[in-house]
Amino acid sequence: MSDLSLRAENLHLWRGERHVLKGLSLAVQGGEVLQVTGANGAGKTTLLRALCGLLHLEEGRVLWGGNDVQQDLPSYHEALAYLGHEPPLKADLTACENLHYWVGVRRHLSEAQIREALQRAGAAAFGERLVRSLSAGQRRRVAIAGLLLMTAGLWLLDEPTTNLDADGTRLVAALVEAHAKGGGIVVAAVHHELSISGEHLRRLELAA
Amino acid sequence: MSTVAQPSVPTRASSAAVRGSALAAARLVLLRDLRLAFRKPEHIVQPLAFFAIVTTLFPLSTTPELSRLREIAPGVLWVAALLSGLLALEFLFRDDAQDGTLEQYALSGQSLTWLILAKTCAHWLLTGLPLALLAPLAGGALGAPAAALPSITVTIAIGTVALSLVGAIGAALTIGVKRGGVLLSVLVLPLAVPILIFGSRATQLAIAGESFVAALELLGAMAVLGVTLAPLAAAAAVRISLE
Repeated sequence: MSDLSLRAENLHLWRGERHVLKGLSLAVQGGEVLQVTGANGAGKTTLLRALCGLLHLEEGRVLWGGNDVQQDLPSYHEALAYLGHEPPLKADLTACENLHYWVGVRRHLSEAQIREALQRAGAAAFGERLVRSLSAGQRRRVAIAGLLLMTAGLWLLDEPTTNLDADGTRLVAALVEAHAKGGGIVVAAVHHELSISGEHLRRLELAA
Repeated sequence: MSTVAQPSVPTRASSAAVRGSALAAARLVLLRDLRLAFRKPEHIVQPLAFFAIVTTLFPLSTTPELSRLREIAPGVLWVAALLSGLLALEFLFRDDAQDGTLEQYALSGQSLTWLILAKTCAHWLLTGLPLALLAPLAGGALGAPAAALPSITVTIAIGTVALSLVGAIGAALTIGVKRGGVLLSVLVLPLAVPILIFGSRATQLAIAGESFVAALELLGAMAVLGVTLAPLAAAAAVRISLE
């Protein structure tokens, strides 16, 4: 089992007049999946973005492997993969080109690696099509291929099954579980819980 | 359903081994922006068309007399180049901010400053360079002598480098602003005044057949200063806008 660990201590964050994160703390070890649930506006996306280091916390800190992430953000960012609401894909590029330019910024990629990731995400059939011609669900599958290509230990996923059909939802659950079994950490903000075996799963419900 | 293989989570050392260099990442960003622009060429054509129309309107609205047009040619060329560049600046970060690409850049582990510099470089290649190549035609139509036309290209090329860099700061600051075009103009135009002054002075001297080296050197110094500082400021503004 991997020795990865993510810990958040006493997170406080305001969005305008709203105190969204009120002293939130959490700890996740390698091999675990934390599913974050809560009503709309409860702060799920805010929590994920705070864990990424994209948001400035009023109080509290995030620790990766026991070290405050603010001390070395580039190394922390190298170790995480974040998938937000919208897949970061360009409509005028093909799925393969998108992955080449998006994930290629992080690490060297070969064409074979891209094709393999598309295959694993169930998107191999439309790898050469322009993204503008893909459905929302197909775009999500391409984004999931990007997630696989990042080879990051920590996955922070915001509604990863949005626009996916039942098959795609099962695929995401299986990929998440496989990532945890491989020693990785997944923190996923979800409206509908992913079907993952109990030994890996932990839950956090945010109050609105 | 696709098969799901159990992945191995990379250790820090193995991850570092495959991580691309900042320069390679910047190169990819540059190539991506160029490819996107050529697939959607209206963003390249619009500033050029605007530049051509504005410089054509001046002889129609003032005088067709070449000697008088020659006098106002430097100002016309530079104001038209500045406004044309502003048109394209609005798109520099907007699409990338909306679809989450900037967020991914910020989380890539690469230097955001290098990536922003690459985007600005692409912007200049797609806007400043074509304007510099079109400027001699407009200059000729405004009565500039043939001997001055290469000099006009050089001054506009160097000046637009500085304009793109200054503009990148404004574009980054207005990422989250709806219909931020006006605010972008208000932010960038005052900062562009020194470039406009020395650029039009260099062009004026070139048209008059005098040495314009001093003005060109000042223009070059501004471009160098811009390359050094503007990507840092723009990257900081992008980070703030992502919050």
